[in-house]
Amino acid sequence: MRPSIAKAQVQDVDKDASMIKQKQMMADHFDRLTSAKENGEKVASTFVPGNLNELLMCFDLVNNLPEVNAIQSGLRKQSGAYIMEAERAGHSEDVCTYVKSDIGMMMKGNIGPNGKKLPDPDVLLLSYTGCFTFLKWFELLREQYKCPTIFLQTPYMADGKVTPNMIQYMVKQLKETVIPTLEQVSGIKFDIDRLREYLKKSAQAEDDLVYILQSGKNVRSPIDAYFGGIYYIGPIFGAFRGTDDAIDFYRFLREEVDDRLLKGLGPVTPDGPMGEEKFRLVVEGPPNYTSFRQFWKMFYDEGATVVASSYTKVGGTYDYGFRHDPDRPLESLAEYCLGVYTNRSLPMRIDMLSDYINEYQADGLLINSIKSCNSFSAGQLLIMREVEKRTGKPAAFIETDLVDPRYFSAANVKNRLESYFQMVEQKRSGRGAAA
Amino acid sequence: MTNPSTTDLVARAQELYEDLQFTAARDWKKADPSRKVVGYLPVYIPRELIHAAGMLPLGIMGGGDNLEVIHGDAYYQSYICRIPRSTIELGVSGRLDFVDGMLFPSICDVIRNLSGMWKMLFPEVFTKYFDVPQTYEDEIGGTFYIGEMRDLLDDLEKIAGRKITDDQINESIKVYNENRALVNELYELRSVVPWQAPASEAYLIIRAGLVLPVEEHSVMLRQYIDAAKAEKRPIKDNSKVVVTGMFCEQPPLNLIKSLELSGCYVVDDDFMLVSRWLIGDVPTTGDPVYNLSQAFLHQSMSTAAKYEPDLAEKGQFLVRSVKSSGAEGVIFASTSFCDPALLDRPMLQNVLKDANIPFIAFKYAENSGQMQPIREQAGTFVDSIKLWSAA
Ligand code: SF4
Ligand code: SF4
Repeated sequence: MRPSIAKAQVQDVDKDASMIKQKQMMADHFDRLTSAKENGEKVASTFVPGNLNELLMCFDLVNNLPEVNAIQSGLRKQSGAYIMEAERAGHSEDVCTYVKSDIGMMMKGNIGPNGKKLPDPDVLLLSYTGCFTFLKWFELLREQYKCPTIFLQTPYMADGKVTPNMIQYMVKQLKETVIPTLEQVSGIKFDIDRLREYLKKSAQAEDDLVYILQSGKNVRSPIDAYFGGIYYIGPIFGAFRGTDDAIDFYRFLREEVDDRLLKGLGPVTPDGPMGEEKFRLVVEGPPNYTSFRQFWKMFYDEGATVVASSYTKVGGTYDYGFRHDPDRPLESLAEYCLGVYTNRSLPMRIDMLSDYINEYQADGLLINSIKSCNSFSAGQLLIMREVEKRTGKPAAFIETDLVDPRYFSAANVKNRLESYFQMVEQKRSGRGAAA
Repeated sequence: MTNPSTTDLVARAQELYEDLQFTAARDWKKADPSRKVVGYLPVYIPRELIHAAGMLPLGIMGGGDNLEVIHGDAYYQSYICRIPRSTIELGVSGRLDFVDGMLFPSICDVIRNLSGMWKMLFPEVFTKYFDVPQTYEDEIGGTFYIGEMRDLLDDLEKIAGRKITDDQINESIKVYNENRALVNELYELRSVVPWQAPASEAYLIIRAGLVLPVEEHSVMLRQYIDAAKAEKRPIKDNSKVVVTGMFCEQPPLNLIKSLELSGCYVVDDDFMLVSRWLIGDVPTTGDPVYNLSQAFLHQSMSTAAKYEPDLAEKGQFLVRSVKSSGAEGVIFASTSFCDPALLDRPMLQNVLKDANIPFIAFKYAENSGQMQPIREQAGTFVDSIKLWSAA
């Protein structure tokens, strides 16, 4: 159902107004973080997949996400130097570059994107969901900050299902270790009704997010669900889930998307509205952040829109029906963590990507394999072949890194993409077999 | 009957190590049509449960340096360690075609994802990712782990076509207690008189336990320990070191030999931790699943694949290992692209610095061929240890 409210307003604003709004929200959050100490606020560091923002809010803790900090460093072209710094200090060249960017940034004074120092965390909430590296990353931070560290283990959804044993384990951890420690750190007593209230708000924003992401099913998609998608997921995957701000933002974005749909417009790119939609792609894997705009340009210059992506599901697979549920608060937090994309088995990932290709009428699958991310990358070549086999649509494979500029070779990526687009075209015109 | 010599025993163990067709396990299975074989990867699986089901637990530690990887590379990018690709190679080349089930323990995201790949590639084989708790309170991690073990037992019962009783599991615990005690005795011997039981030999003898029935392996261990004690072997002017980081993808045998040639007595290590993951005996009466969970939570080895809840405890297992084995230094040997080992390394190194224990670090792959640089690095390390202790 389309919203009827405020259509005129949206039509009046700039086409990328949501992006400006999003940037403002993120900037405000960084300001809140960097002034947390002077405002007497305590800070919890935690991860994006499986982040328990609503729970942290119950204790008035400000949410600091090292992955988002690494992304910011990547976008600002500072991550390369940070990574080198960490490597000089003895960290291996082989490991996840998010970790090294974060550690290098810490070594260089922990200056946030607003130019001010990020505060030391008062607590590390190690929500171990879908990535082994998290576990070591926070052991490394704990060594440095020597602050209380809370561990929450999310069992892996290896058989494609959530078992009662998994839920009970997580709820027990929440009740017996996570919540009591958060009470201790914050000095605030846990109020489950407060949590319910936040979860209700989360679900509201989640509805709109799903609507927005699924608008990619329209032929002439009004969104880019990978590059643009990163802006869309920022607030809800970070410190805003459960807030009124998130509700407002996703409502606003939904209206903007509706407006574009009504006018038959495509996504807005950094160079303005996108031209003709020539290719519709599904993308698996995280993007590259050090050359983010250059990377995106390689797509929109060729008329390629990403209509669905797996990366926009790392902070929750809402399009598969999950919503935070105020009536089952702790169980619902557990289910949220269990369901995030990186915690899904390889066969589940294959199903999801194949479904996307079919449901979003995509021309094929593109995998951006991240050199330093085992969680995503190990197994992607099989994913590629399986999805190709099941959908009959061509797939391609490129290799970059999230925040290490040494592993982004623009010429290689461009070549690969160009030949991929040619292949898609040949396939479409029935010349695929002869090629 | 006279005890076989170390040479004979090591030759037999080496034959098993090199046999990538797993003939011993195939023969064991062939001897009785009701027999089943269940494979497992590093780092730990409660083998007692498989044994109690009347099955052979078969340890798969990759393909080593003898396996030519033809298909495996098509499944993995160059920046992923080798063990998953050589394991795939073993699978797609039919070398594991007699295996009825495969268990992929929770160790890292690579093995985790491999469990899903195995399901896709070998749908007819029972494949399970075996999750373990990373929290160690009885009521929380313990209850979860008991649940996971009960699930595994259910699955094993289906494959076996029969119930597995507590008595049978207790009996298996007893057999594995004996085996672990022997493995520990061999480690003890190595730390006291390393020249009598060199690491490269001990490695092969213990590794044989991954492919042989445990009872047979215990006999081999006993015979080796007795033979090693009895033989007169020359004492070398080597330095005692602990090697760490090799808990998953195994080093080529040549690497261990190269360390010895460069002047190291490897007196402790983390090879094939499954053989000694549980520390001390597991009780053999009462609820065996509960007893196994207690041992896992409170009496087990430490490794990079484990979360250490206590900052003060971080790395202390390594310090203790150095102290108890009388080692003079530590060698960090990690598999290339191994996130657990390589992310853990800086923290362990900081702990060693505080404890004044010297160390060096290098990387390897299971098929590393060039040993010269490693030999040189280890040789220099040994020289510096000697200078250090002479000073
Ligand atoms: S998911 Fe990948 S990029 Fe993210 S922390 Fe884990 S290894 Fe690093
Ligand atoms: S060698 Fe390391 S990264 Fe590779 S599978 Fe083993 S534990 Fe995982």
